[in-house]
Amino acid sequence: MSFISRGFKGRRRDPGDPGRVPPGQYVTDDFPVLSAGPTPHTPLDEWTFSIVEGDERTTWTWDELRALPSETVNVDIHCVTRWSKLDTTWEGVSVDTLLEEAGAEAPYVLAFCDGGYTTNLPTEDVTGGKAWVAFGYDGEPLDPEHGGPARLLVPHLYFWKSAKWVRGLALREDDEPGFWETYGYHLYGDPWREQRYSGD
Amino acid sequence: MAGAAVLRRLTWVVATVEEVVEETPRVRTIVLDVPDWTGHRAGQHLDVRLTAEDGYRAEREYSIASAPGEPVAITVERLEDGEVSPYLTQELRVGDGIELRGPVGGYFVWDGEDAAPLLLVAGGSGVVPLRSMVRHHQRSGSATRVRLLYSSRTLDDVIYRMELDETGERVEVVYTLTRDHPAGWRGYARRVDPDLLAEVAWPVDDGARAFVCGPTSFVEAVAMSLVELGYAPARVKTERFGATGGR
Repeated sequence: MSFISRGFKGRRRDPGDPGRVPPGQYVTDDFPVLSAGPTPHTPLDEWTFSIVEGDERTTWTWDELRALPSETVNVDIHCVTRWSKLDTTWEGVSVDTLLEEAGAEAPYVLAFCDGGYTTNLPTEDVTGGKAWVAFGYDGEPLDPEHGGPARLLVPHLYFWKSAKWVRGLALREDDEPGFWETYGYHLYGDPWREQRYSGD
Repeated sequence: MAGAAVLRRLTWVVATVEEVVEETPRVRTIVLDVPDWTGHRAGQHLDVRLTAEDGYRAEREYSIASAPGEPVAITVERLEDGEVSPYLTQELRVGDGIELRGPVGGYFVWDGEDAAPLLLVAGGSGVVPLRSMVRHHQRSGSATRVRLLYSSRTLDDVIYRMELDETGERVEVVYTLTRDHPAGWRGYARRVDPDLLAEVAWPVDDGARAFVCGPTSFVEAVAMSLVELGYAPARVKTERFGATGGR
């Protein structure tokens, strides 16, 4: 029933902990980059982050965001293009903190970014200590090509959900597909269920 | 743009290797017979899945090298520390089966319908999806003006060289060789830099659309230079692969 690739043995160089590497992924020590267009470079004095709910908008400047309590987290990340990177260290502000300050509540969020990129998530996947607006990586400011000055970090979903160059979250009643989701990628993106594409 | 997406379930099928073409010592094109292929657009990719006898699996994505309407083909560069690319370039042979699903992706695509000139910028094996666009342009008789700027280490590393030398005047191909070049070489012989791009890229006022594909550092540099030349970021589409990327 199951197809076998004649002569394929595999290198299995780093099987790692099977409990940490989702199906179809391989572990890399590098940090590959995938983005659809040029890397934006918004100056920090023009940068803001907003929580938007209907007509209400709560906005933080860069300094205001950095003045909020931040956390350092150690997480594994999984890209839909099949690399996983274990034990990555990030610094950021919990999305819980931002939503509490804004007093915003709705079933879904649509993250929006410089460059027009968007991605959709259920609010319960960015609350309860599961998501951050991250501005530090491995003890350094987050590099622009990896999403700096700040990106969303939602490590339990495929990494396209951790939107680079994030500028805010729009709270929504409906699960509006974001950029990659519109092009056939999965609406939710759970790596443990291999939800890569629509219908997976 | 939302309407462009085809949201349907992608299922794994067993394709058959019809032909292999050794493009360079490290790069091979694999032409496939894919059952129930729905067709693809220039620039899309597909997923390949290899399964060992004990059930161990490895999956990777590869850009589709052939034009819409042609048999599906992928072009694979062998990465010495790779897991899938050595199998595809050294073990796989005509008549073998190979599991795949696709096509995937709807952003880094060119359908050939727009009047704006096309700028294609390739670094190494990043030429693969751009070659699909060039072939699509040729086959469809598109009137779009096309320029391909293709950076390789040496002349021997140039993939599809004979084909690209014969595109005719509707597709201009400009090479640059970054490591070594033959005596009397008349192309560029340095890394793509802002000055080189300014010479090769369509003038900003032409409203060109740009597709850039290659290693991350290459794509970063080219995309930034195009924006500095005045290209609107939304008209510069990129696709990148990391040092150990499986493509």
